[in-house]
Amino acid sequence: MKPLVTLLGRELALAWSRGGGPLPALAFYAGMATLLPFAVGPEPERLAAVAPGFAWLALALASLLSLERLFERDFEDGTLDLLVLGPAPLEAVCAIKCLAQWLAAGLPLAFAAPLAAIALGAPVALAPLVFLCALIGGLAFAFVGGLGAALALGSRRGGLLIAIIVLPLFAPPVIFGGGALTQLAAGLPWTSGLALLAGWTAAAVALSPLAMAAACRNAVD
Amino acid sequence: MFAFLANPDRFMAFSRWAAPMFGVLAGGLMMVGLWLGFAAPEDYQQGDTVRMMFIHVPASWLALFVYLCLGVASFLSLVFRHALADAAAKAAAPLGAVFTALALITGSLWGKPMWGTWWVWDARLTSVLVLFLFYLGYIALRAAMDDETKGGRAAAILALVGLVNLPIVKFSVDWWNSLHQGASVFRAEGPAMTNDYLIPLLLMGLGYMAAFGSLWLVRIRAEVWRRKAMVLALKAAEA
Repeated sequence: MKPLVTLLGRELALAWSRGGGPLPALAFYAGMATLLPFAVGPEPERLAAVAPGFAWLALALASLLSLERLFERDFEDGTLDLLVLGPAPLEAVCAIKCLAQWLAAGLPLAFAAPLAAIALGAPVALAPLVFLCALIGGLAFAFVGGLGAALALGSRRGGLLIAIIVLPLFAPPVIFGGGALTQLAAGLPWTSGLALLAGWTAAAVALSPLAMAAACRNAVD
Repeated sequence: MFAFLANPDRFMAFSRWAAPMFGVLAGGLMMVGLWLGFAAPEDYQQGDTVRMMFIHVPASWLALFVYLCLGVASFLSLVFRHALADAAAKAAAPLGAVFTALALITGSLWGKPMWGTWWVWDARLTSVLVLFLFYLGYIALRAAMDDETKGGRAAAILALVGLVNLPIVKFSVDWWNSLHQGASVFRAEGPAMTNDYLIPLLLMGLGYMAAFGSLWLVRIRAEVWRRKAMVLALKAAEA
């Protein structure tokens, strides 16, 4: 257990120390939210209609930003070789890395998402659900994104490739979260969408470390 | 079957004859299927456009079936580290992408006269589009790797992860009620279709399947030759 705690501390320190911590992802998110009215027009009704869905989708995109360095830097400087040989199972190591990614980028974004939705004119009653979806979905995005980052190790075009691999995998959680949001906005029962999102997240957290570890072993040996 | 074909020499000897035979079989089945399809009576609601079914529905079957083949080949190449299974996975992906694109395009051409629109964002259409993106991701991952063996293994992991998508394709049809009609051939109560339509549809399905088998074998053979040529070129460069 001790190596994993140390690793979590290291990952968090790395995520926070250089490059401004969660600031780049938040700035990207704010930039997207600012551009949305320019793209669809400033009429409040139109903005309000797309605001929750936009806040939710932009979160999925923002969570892609820092994925490239999740494994790539450790792969290049040899840390990943040590982690593969180390005492902790590689599956747990991968899970810890994704957890740190979620704590460093996903959590701040989850707080920003309802703010963006309200600023764009979504009803305030939707904000708690936007936050919940962002909180739960962000965990799934971090784990599935980590899988994409591990698979793209040793390739020529890291960031773009990760996005191509990961975006289709994001389809189910985006559908479930978006479904919950539209149903609440329409005054319908919304819990099934949220429950499906939580179920999908649980499956992603449980299963993707296995594939991630296999991908890491493939990359280093 | 797998054990027999796992030997590359036996595979090459088998596919030398099997590939053209599957091709001839595909041509024959499709000719009869199309003939019967055009001879079938017009649908009382859809009129002549119902004949789109005979090229659209088999393409969607194949889009899923090829992904299943890709998943099985990837599993075999991951577990047994078999080079031929890896070649089979590599050869299947572009074929699957083409069948998926065909399903999307013919579906869109059918949707225009029937639904009055080329495209609707309905669950089933969208999940086939996601399947198409999966094929593209697989092909892109393979293409981006310098090391072919490592690239092949990473792509195999991605293919197995993508298999999760296949049940969601089916599941999404139920979760969303939509414009798209539900399943009408593979149902517990039996097909909801008269034999006038069912027989040409099944013939076309088998014809598509045979065409895929033929093209798949040809592409695997080409991949085996490409690897042989690369080994020879390396040897020549060393000498």
